[in-house]
Amino acid sequence: MMDHTHKAFDTDLQDLARMVAEMGGLAEQQISDAADALDRRDLTVAQRVIVGDARIDALQRELESKSVLTIARRQPMAVDLREVVGAMRIANDLERIGDLAKNIAKRVVVLDHEFRAQQVMRGVQHMTELVLSQIKDVLDAYARRDLAKAVTVWKADEEVDAVNNSLFRELLTYMMEDPRNIGICIHLLFCAKNIERMGDHATNIAETVYYMIEGRPLVDERPKNDTTSSTVVPFDA
Amino acid sequence: MTSVDLSNGPKSVPTPIIGTHAGLDSELEEKISVRNVNFYYGDNRALKSISVPLYSQRVTAFIGPSGCGKSTLLRILNRIYDLYPNQRAEGEVLLDGDNILDPAQDLNLLRARVGMVFQKPTPFPMSIYENIAFGIRLYDSLSKSELDGRVESALKRAALWTEVKDKLHANGLSLSGGQQQRLCIARTVAVQPEVILLDEPCSALDPISTAKIEELIEELKTDYAIAIVTHNMQQAARVSDYTAFMYLGELVEFDTTSKMFTSPVDTRTQDYITGRFG
Repeated sequence: MMDHTHKAFDTDLQDLARMVAEMGGLAEQQISDAADALDRRDLTVAQRVIVGDARIDALQRELESKSVLTIARRQPMAVDLREVVGAMRIANDLERIGDLAKNIAKRVVVLDHEFRAQQVMRGVQHMTELVLSQIKDVLDAYARRDLAKAVTVWKADEEVDAVNNSLFRELLTYMMEDPRNIGICIHLLFCAKNIERMGDHATNIAETVYYMIEGRPLVDERPKNDTTSSTVVPFDA
Repeated sequence: MTSVDLSNGPKSVPTPIIGTHAGLDSELEEKISVRNVNFYYGDNRALKSISVPLYSQRVTAFIGPSGCGKSTLLRILNRIYDLYPNQRAEGEVLLDGDNILDPAQDLNLLRARVGMVFQKPTPFPMSIYENIAFGIRLYDSLSKSELDGRVESALKRAALWTEVKDKLHANGLSLSGGQQQRLCIARTVAVQPEVILLDEPCSALDPISTAKIEELIEELKTDYAIAIVTHNMQQAARVSDYTAFMYLGELVEFDTTSKMFTSPVDTRTQDYITGRFG
């Protein structure tokens, strides 16, 4: 695309994109650290994640005030306007992703139980990998303005939902087996839910990238597979 | 009818992008239909097969870099160009279905129906009252009280009444630039036109006067079809319902303003409105 007559406008937009990329990199690191802390019950790493969230929050505030200033100063139109609005929306999603990672890390701190269900932990790890690759892909789609890649991420949330469903059922079973498992299982359930929510934010970002490129919202039936809201395990099962 | 027939255009001119707004707003009445219009300054073809609608009770903005033909197009709509030699228009401009380019067209009547306001305020060197009454007398013979009423209502319509009601006999030129421009709008409104053409009406005004004129445009559109030429992109975005982007004498794209300023189709439109050229 041609440069703006006002060169400083190009710089403003580049700065916003750079800040989104930086937030994305930090969010990815937080997710993988939080999952690692959960897996190894590593309190030091967990603590680092909890403290590290402030950096993402600060970047989001900085990006928001820069966006507002850009709107006031440049009055962006068309693709530029979508660019600014898109950066703000993506920053919001990334900030939420950071919060969710921080929440996992906080739960690690209180998990002093002996309970270790290998299968559950493998499930959580698998979900984390899936979500991390979605986030990486969607940030890539943003950086390259890659429409096809954004749509692929948008459609790929199904597998995360499937793993989440099976974890949900499994944790319910552990809780019914021994009420002493309930505390930790609830925490793990929330960790899984947090990761699943991160996947939802990745699809939000994919929608934003689509809007930025195409100028219209992505309206289509997205494949969804989250059945945890309607799952019941009877006591006599 | 809201669609634009472009099928008769010469092959050399690419078909403009006409938005798919047709049918979205069934209330739209096409007050003026510009059809396949070419315009020449001597041998120079300044407009190339322009086809564009102007709707009643809607504001249509014409944007584009200097020399793109937007003012030329406006000058065709009330045949102001007829005042100059060696200028001619081809094609059809239908006002309520009648071709105003027809040589038999009564130009005085046309200019009463299609009023125009220019970039620079052009009050006559006479009193505020006479600035308005002068035009009315050309078309109607009214009693003194009727004339007073028409002058007052025109000044009210142009949001100038409260500022001038105590000095109607002061010279029009004694008003501020913004007031002078509203006086010109009042003068246009006074002869009860059906279409108002505004050729960069705010380019010589400060932001407050500009806001007043923009507010006025919003008011006036309930009664008229309005066309505005502006270099101020934000102004076009603020005041218009439809926007036409012209470039090098061609209509490049025409659509609802909301579409044009958020997701235009043609890259030239996009580059222009985002400040990448022009």
